[in-house]
Formats: sequence, C-alpha cells, structure tokens
Amino acid sequence: MASGTAGEADTFPKLLLRNARERASRVAFRHKDLGIWQSWNWAEVATHVRDFAKGLQDLGLKRGEKVAIVGYNRPRLYWSMCAAQWLGAVPVPVYADSVAEEMAYVLDHAEAVFAVVQDQEQVDKILSIAERLPHLRHMLYDEPRGLRDYDHAKLHAIEAVMQAGHRALKDPQAEAAFAREMEQGKGSDLGIILYTSGTTGRPKGVMLSHYNVIVAAEIGCGFDGLTESDEVIAYLPIAWVGDHVFSYAQAMLAGFCVNCPESPDTVIDDRREVGTTYAFAPPRVFENMLTITMVRMEDAGALKRKMFHYFLGVAKQYGEKILNGESVPLKGRLLYKLGDMLVYGPLRNRFGLTNIKVGYTAGEAIGPELFRFYRSIGVNLKQLYGQTEAGVYITMQPNGEIKADTVGKPAPLVEIRIDESGEVLYRSPSIFGGYYKDPEKTAETMTADGYVRSGDAGFFDEGGHLKIIDRAKDVGKLASGELFPPKYLENKLKFYPNIKEAVAFGQGRDYATVAINIDLTAVGNWAERNNVVYASYQELAGHDLVYDMIAKHVDEVNRSLAAEPMMGGAQIKRFLILHKELDADDGELTRTQKVRRGFIAERYAPLVAALYDGSEIADISTEVTFEDGRKGVISARVKVRDAKTYPVTVEGAPAAAKAA
Amino acid sequence: MNAEPINVTGTPLRDKGEVLLSVENISLRFGGVKAITDVSFDIRKGEIRAIIGPNGAGKTSMLNCINGFYQPQEGQIVFKGERRAKMRPHRAAAGGIARTFQNVALFKGMSTLDNIMTGRTLKMKKGFFWQALRHGPAMQEEIEHRRVVEDIIDFLQIEHIRKLPVGKLPYGLQKRVELGRALAMEPELLLLDEPMAGMNLEEKEDMCRFILDVNNQFGTTIALIEHDMGVVMDLSDRVVVLEYGRKIADGTPEEVKADQRVIDAYLGVAH
Repeated sequence: MASGTAGEADTFPKLLLRNARERASRVAFRHKDLGIWQSWNWAEVATHVRDFAKGLQDLGLKRGEKVAIVGYNRPRLYWSMCAAQWLGAVPVPVYADSVAEEMAYVLDHAEAVFAVVQDQEQVDKILSIAERLPHLRHMLYDEPRGLRDYDHAKLHAIEAVMQAGHRALKDPQAEAAFAREMEQGKGSDLGIILYTSGTTGRPKGVMLSHYNVIVAAEIGCGFDGLTESDEVIAYLPIAWVGDHVFSYAQAMLAGFCVNCPESPDTVIDDRREVGTTYAFAPPRVFENMLTITMVRMEDAGALKRKMFHYFLGVAKQYGEKILNGESVPLKGRLLYKLGDMLVYGPLRNRFGLTNIKVGYTAGEAIGPELFRFYRSIGVNLKQLYGQTEAGVYITMQPNGEIKADTVGKPAPLVEIRIDESGEVLYRSPSIFGGYYKDPEKTAETMTADGYVRSGDAGFFDEGGHLKIIDRAKDVGKLASGELFPPKYLENKLKFYPNIKEAVAFGQGRDYATVAINIDLTAVGNWAERNNVVYASYQELAGHDLVYDMIAKHVDEVNRSLAAEPMMGGAQIKRFLILHKELDADDGELTRTQKVRRGFIAERYAPLVAALYDGSEIADISTEVTFEDGRKGVISARVKVRDAKTYPVTVEGAPAAAKAA
Repeated sequence: MNAEPINVTGTPLRDKGEVLLSVENISLRFGGVKAITDVSFDIRKGEIRAIIGPNGAGKTSMLNCINGFYQPQEGQIVFKGERRAKMRPHRAAAGGIARTFQNVALFKGMSTLDNIMTGRTLKMKKGFFWQALRHGPAMQEEIEHRRVVEDIIDFLQIEHIRKLPVGKLPYGLQKRVELGRALAMEPELLLLDEPMAGMNLEEKEDMCRFILDVNNQFGTTIALIEHDMGVVMDLSDRVVVLEYGRKIADGTPEEVKADQRVIDAYLGVAH
C-alpha cells in the first residue's frame, strides 16, 4: 500500500490511508450477503478503493468531474465515493427510490459523467432516461444479476473495474504516480454534492468540501465520544446528509465499522446480530418497533403480559430519571434493576439496541410518549436538528439535558441567531459552500456575514434549548399580530393517539381554530371498551362523547401553549371533528402524508366559516374519490365546539381558566 | 459476493422444441366418477404451459397424475423419453418434477429456511447417522446445500423471513416459501397448482415476476394451473383447456381465447 500524506489527513482518501496504516486489521465494512456477514478490514478497503479509483481513471474519469451514485447502502457504493474523491472527482449520491423523472433532473443538473449503481433496476432506470443525459459516459454496477445479456460497451461490473485497476497498479511506477494523484487533493476541494430532497421546487445541489464534512464528523465524534470500537448500521439513503456523515465521514474519521444490512426489510434483525453502538433513525422507525412489540405482547401469555405492563409502569416512573442521573428512591432503583433483568434488557436486545451508546432521532418531530418510552427502558435516545446545508449538525442534546420537546443546544462550533421574523440562522465551519450552479439561491440562503437561513422558525427556551416551531414561511400571524404556527399546533394535537390528523387555521384571523381527524383504530378501540355504538366513521366522529374526549386534548394543548410565552396567543378557540378522513387520493394530503392546509381550507370552506362565525353546526358536502377511482359525494352535519383558553403564564402553571 | 444465480437445471435457456413430458390418452376414474377422460397433450422443454378449466374440470387430478400421486387407469406418461403407465411420487421427484399445492402444504412450525432446506432432502447423499452427527463430510454437505438455499432465498427476496416460522407468515409469503422449496429440488419440470389463488394484486404481480424469472434464468419448464385469465394469458406460451375431464382446446393463448368451446365452457351456453 502506498503511504498517505506526511501531513494532516485533510481529505477522505488520506483518512482512508491513515486508517489502513494505523488500524489495518480492524474491520471497516461488513455486508450481509446470502445470510453471511462478509467483512473487509481497513487495509483491504484501502486497496479496493485504490484499485477502483485506478479503474475509474483508466475509464477516463478526470479531476472535477461528477460521479452519480445510486443504490442502497452497499460497501462498494461507499467505496465508489472515496474512489472518485481519490481522483479529485466529485461523488453525487442520488436517492435510489427516486422516480426516473427526478433522477434525470439530478444527473443532468450535476453533469454526471459516470453513474455507479447497485443493480439491474437502477441500470434500467438510467437507461430509460439516457437520451436526456448527454454527459453520461459510463455506468458501473454492483450486482450482476440479470445484466449478463446487456450491451457491455458502456456498462461495467464494479468488480471488473477494480480488477483492471489492480492489474494496472502492479507496475511500481504507475503506483507511485497514482499515489501522487491522490496527494494533490486538498481539504478545501469540493468533496461531495448532496441534492436536497426538494419538498419545495427542484432539488438543489449542496456543495460540501472535504473540510466541511470532516469538521461535521469531528463535531459528532467529539460530542458523543465515538471511537474505532463503535459499530453503526447503514440503512438510510446514502444521498441523505445524515447517512453521509454517520456512515461515511465519521467512520473514516474515527475508524469504526459500517455494517450494511442484507435488505431494507432485515434491518432490525441485522442490527441485533451486529449490536450497533451508535444508531440513527427517523421517528417512524422507532414507532414501528414499538407497535410490533405491543401487538406481539398481546399474543403473549397472561403472566408475561402482566409482567411487561407492570415493569413498563416502573420504567415510566423512574427510568428517565435514572438515565438523566436524577435522584430516585432506593425502592425505585431496585424495582428498575429487576425490570431491567426481566423486561428492559430483553426488549433492548429484541430491538438490537443492547450495546447502544447513543441513538439519534431527527427528520421530524418525535412524539414525547415515544421518546420517553425508549429513554425509560434505558436507550439513550436523543434528538438533533440538522440540515444538509449545515453539513448536518445545528443543535444536539447534551447528556443529562434531554427534553422531548426541544432539539437541544447549539452543536460545538455552531453559532445560532434568530432574526426578527423568528427564523433560525446558523454559522459554523461545516456549512456548505453554495448550491451547485445556482448562485441566486445561494445568495438568498446565505447572509453577508456568513450565516445560513434555515427556513425554520424557532426560539430558545429558558434553558437555552432550541425549539423548532415550523417552516418559517408557514408561520403566520393572527390579526392581533401574535405568532400563529400551524404545524406546531397540529403536531401537539397529533401526539395524542386518538388524533390522526389536525389542520390549524388562523392566518390573519382573530384566533386559532382546528379541524381534527380522529384515529379510527384508537377511537374505535375506545368506543368498544366504553360501549359506544357506532355504524360508520362519520357517526363515530360526530359522537358527543368523542367530542368530549377530543375537547380534553385540545384543553391540554391550550394549557401547554399558555406556558410558552411566544405561543400563548395561538391557543385554540374553537374546533371541530371532520366527518371523513383526510386522504391523499382527494388531494387533501400530499403523498408523504402532509396536510395541504390551503386546499383543505378551500374544500371545507363552509366548515372554516362556521369556526369563525360562532355557529354551533355546519353542513358540508364534499366529493370523494374511492379506491377504485369512482367518485361520490359525502354530506354531513358537523358540530363546532368552543375550547377554553388560558392566560399566558411564564412559569407554566395555568392560572384560573378564562371561560371562552 | 454477488455470484450469478446458479443455473439450477443446467439446461440451455428457453430451448422450446423438444418434448419434455407427454401425456397420452390418460383416463382417471374414482369408482364411477370419471375425473379425466382420454386426455393427451405435451409439455415442451423451457415453456410455460397453463392448464385451465372451470371448477371440477380435472386440472388438479391431471397434475396429480403427472407427479404420480394418482394412477390413471388408462394411458401413459412419457417423461424424458421414458414411457411408463405408472408414475410414483418419489420417482417423479427424483426424476426432476417438483410441485406446489393449491392449499399451502408447508411445515408450519418450521422456519422458512428449514422448509426450503427440506426441498434438498433428495440431494443429500450422506447417511442418517452422519447427518445426525453433523460433523465432517455431512457438515460440508449441509453447507453446500445451505448455499443453494440461500441463493433461492435471495432470488425470492425473502431474507427478512428466513428464520420466522412459516405458520406466522401472511399467505402470499407462504406461497413464495412453497415455491422456494420446490425450486430447492432444482427441478426440470415445475408443477404449480394455483400459485396465485387468494393473493392480492401486488402479490400476484410479484409471483408472476418470480415465475417468469424462474423460467428465464433457470430454464425451468413450468406447468401451472391458474384461474386468473389475465395471468394465464400473460405468462403462458401454450394453454390446454379441460372441461368435465375432457380436453376441449389446446394452443397459444390467442387461439384458446378465440375458441368458441372455451368461451362456452367459461360463460356457459343455453342448453
């Protein structure tokens, strides 16, 4: 192996060679294939990456050119990033499940000359858009299945490219020249372009230098004390900044092992086999694990079930306090110890979280109940707030200061400022250099003094923790000028299992109101237990007892809003329960299940009017689309109720209720 | 790591011409009930052959004759040039005929992996004693078989249920496991009895793809019974139609679809 730089390892290929020297025989990558974990140590990975890079060079890849990488988390795809960087080319990971249309845009915009893909599916997808990609010269694939009969003039197996590179490097002169090629790389070089998923408009290419990404990795590794003995499982999209930092940059920096699961469906089992020490997952992954457990527990024997629920109660009472290092009575500690042996330990094992040092959740708000559940059974789950433009980290929760409803304190090296409109701005050495080929957007996002506009509105609580309310452009104002953050209200409501969706109104109005969707499973269950008879969703939704129940939830939300000085004005004055479920087929939700507030306000205009004109009842008929595409009309009479509001208090203790 | 899927049969792919199996004037009676009357047709190497017909037409009985579960009173079956009046199930299996069942017939309490492994039974050469010891050559043999099974698991994309008891799986996945077990025999002729019964659209589409892939990649000849006409017309190279135990049509999907007797059999005629 050629030696790396004498100086500092300021690029990823240099870090790789440093790892190959300092921890050659430690396992760097694992991949479960055909039921067996295959592994590669750092020395092997370094050789493979070098051979790969040489193969790419001989295929004509040059400094500064872009290489698209498409697929799930596979060692060879991660290596392809490093191989491209070796040559000074720029990897552009692309979401594997994006449709051909989106992929065509990104590949064309990035001017990718090579595409490294996982399998036949991706090869076919790119071939189908090939005529729109004038820059694309070669395509490489990882899994050969089904590709044998394809024309291989411009299509190559990664394995074959690596072997060709290996042969070319047998010549010592070529090898030395090739090491020099790598050493030309500098930390300030463009390291990677990550396209943001683009919920609004076209995806934008976020340019990050080696330095940016390495700093981001240092922030994370330093904050949670990650070392070469850690293990992660790589299963989130490689095009997402989180995966790039967690599974690539931090692994390279700290030298720990990245495990690639067998398939997206086997992640939980694979994680359990590996015993990862560091984990990352969006809230829905944690939610799924909990739901599966709860459902399976219902099938367990009576004794087991009793024990399970009893000790979950104990955990709820003491678990978080113990994790946070607060004082807990001896009895609580002993009970918790016992519970740990009988329930929590086995549960963590099932979840594959036995060895976990720290787990992160981000991407969307996590329900406080869910968050506390995992913490109470001893999983050090934390939240972080990040963005691609920040090289991921903006705020993180330090140990011992974990709250379910904030995203933590500014990460090391990160400065945060909140402007007069409530938008969060941040600055750090890891922030991006600009959007690729889009100076206009870059100028809109970056301020003159080097801060980045996050596009999110938020505020700091008294403990210095950041709370994110909503996208800044969605935060409105009531007629009185007080803040009206619709998503913040909706999320607070949605954390109640009985509420499936909520839509808040109030922009430019006198007060805030909400339309609520009940959760049929949860409320139906409740109805069964309480002998509430109903024949349809509509009837259940309009039931007085259901209204009473939802009114309690709204009341609790108002109390909690009253305790937050900036949010107190947005308390919910009136609410109603919708007679039908909001549905993406009717255009009321996006395909990713986000409510389309504007559309709903139009479609249910009579109901919204009733929320504000004081009437107790409103009639509505709406057209609906059935699953088979037929259309029909649903008519209903919907009740509107008033809710109590509370005077705003800073301490959090609600004063005497003011009758609405 | 990602080896080409093994070519299970070793036969050249999609070589349709040579007759692999032919059924000659088969009649089958249960006492006075005539299940099949004087039916003849052939299955060529590498093709997908569908057997269709209304309920009680004798389709499953036909498959049962082919793999020797039933003994027809008259007629003969020629398999790979060998003519016999009686086929025995174990001989059929050893000769390269595998099947799946209309009602899933798996070992419910065993894992997916073990169920598919049972498909390798006939290929295991070491005696019971050595296998019980799980040592030396027997262990080596088991590893070899496991490798084949893992290829099948990968092929059918059922890694996530590898270790789950099949009784707990949804129906569509059980069907897939059953197909896996049949494939584990590395059959030359695969008999599928209503592989798509009771499945939803998505599961059907998956199953269709697997059937086509098996035929394409492994070159396996497939005879299938199916009720979903869309599936039959899309998948099969040739179709034989039975009604009340008699053959009423035989030909390509287009020919069969246009045949008046077939239309009558399916839609009914005024008598």
